[in-house]
Amino acid sequence: MKVSEVPQDKGYLIEGRISDLNYAIDNDGRYTSRQSRGWKPKNEAIKFAWDQVYEHAGKLRQQILDGILSPIALYMELNLMDISILAGYTGISKRKVRKHLRMKEFLKLPKEMIDRYAEALNITAEDLVNIGKIREFKYED
Amino acid sequence: MKIEFEHRQAAHCENGVTAGLLRYYGIDLSEPMVFGTGSGIFFSHMVFIRVNEMAVTSFRVWPGVIFKRVTKRFGVSIKWRKFRDPDKAMQALDSLLARGIPVGMLVGVFNLPYFPKEYRFHFNAHNITVIGKEGDKYLISDPVTENVESLTYDELKKVRFAKGTVPPKGRMYYVTSMPEKFDLKSAIIKGIRKTANDMINIPLPMFGVKGIRYLAGKMREWPSKLGDRSAVMNLGQVIRMLEEIGTGGAGFRFIYAAFLQESARVLQLPVLDELSVEMTGAGDRWREFAWQASRCFKNRDNGEITYDMLADILLDIAAREERVFRQLGQLKFT
Repeated sequence: MKVSEVPQDKGYLIEGRISDLNYAIDNDGRYTSRQSRGWKPKNEAIKFAWDQVYEHAGKLRQQILDGILSPIALYMELNLMDISILAGYTGISKRKVRKHLRMKEFLKLPKEMIDRYAEALNITAEDLVNIGKIREFKYED
Repeated sequence: MKIEFEHRQAAHCENGVTAGLLRYYGIDLSEPMVFGTGSGIFFSHMVFIRVNEMAVTSFRVWPGVIFKRVTKRFGVSIKWRKFRDPDKAMQALDSLLARGIPVGMLVGVFNLPYFPKEYRFHFNAHNITVIGKEGDKYLISDPVTENVESLTYDELKKVRFAKGTVPPKGRMYYVTSMPEKFDLKSAIIKGIRKTANDMINIPLPMFGVKGIRYLAGKMREWPSKLGDRSAVMNLGQVIRMLEEIGTGGAGFRFIYAAFLQESARVLQLPVLDELSVEMTGAGDRWREFAWQASRCFKNRDNGEITYDMLADILLDIAAREERVFRQLGQLKFT
């Protein structure tokens, strides 16, 4: 890659804060480094991955509104977590996390458990139990 | 208090932290030199390790290995620590900072507040250097950021004890003693020999140049074995790993080419310049692979780019890399 080819396709990197340092060759064939603001294929791969997450989250939303799954399922998906990661962050056993993914069990959870889930899922406890938030959820392109 | 530590951005976090710590103690190496003497370049397609339920593809050695090899080859002594108790891990950090010692550590990127949200995933082998503490804020030299960042006690504790695949468990490391003198030439030669051997001779299909061919073979089977949707997701995962922030895959090929070029001068071996050019060619092909693969996402259904075509590019890359690493393995260093 030549220095002039170092991609500058704006995407998700934060200007002046985070960029990708690329090594590339100058006109004399010597290697040097240049900051890149992003590259289209990478931006597309990232977008694609998030599209999958939101698509799946949309299905979970419906199952929550139908009273089958608990809101934990949706926020777990949005945090790219699986049961084992969520169990790790909450300190709640995998078996119990699996149980709390059901709305019926979720409704019985004491405040202390809700707090632990909310913290791990990076939202407030109020938002976690607010079914209105689930109803409002939609994928923003 | 803030340690007088020069923050420099790097292409790859572990190179950056290693170079930064060594430079602080008086050994000033470029990022490519750290990567090369640490035998950082590699390839593996590990079907037995899963992230998001898909195989992990890696374009470099296992996290921590570059740091260990570089410090060993330059005779730098390092203390590694890991912890069960998060608050003890933070206390241990505080006491080192109070003594003016910059501390490298492994963290998860998912909860790093200064990371773009879209780039976050549960990747737990990111390296940063903590270079001071002012009030409740820890000063962070993160090789992917342009400037020094800061994290609160709770934020840092959370990323040090991230959960998921290979949790960091508060792992941290710092320099305990430096060598009186070091031998750059010998470090380069050891680095090259190790890399050449690992890229060519590991008798398992998932590693080194064989691993690239292995991925090519798997990729051809994805559409029929996994179905279209899952095939695209697997491809997406490869591309994200190929071009992830601070761990860029094609990027590693260019860093290694830069290392070969720099080494040609140090060792007075012009053949390394030629191999550097060939390595650049392999890097360019990796970029082309990513470019073509990304077209799969855009036109998911029209089938213009097939998995077979992508696999063919991989085979070409494997052939190019095999030539470079075989020649490196046969080099006579005087």
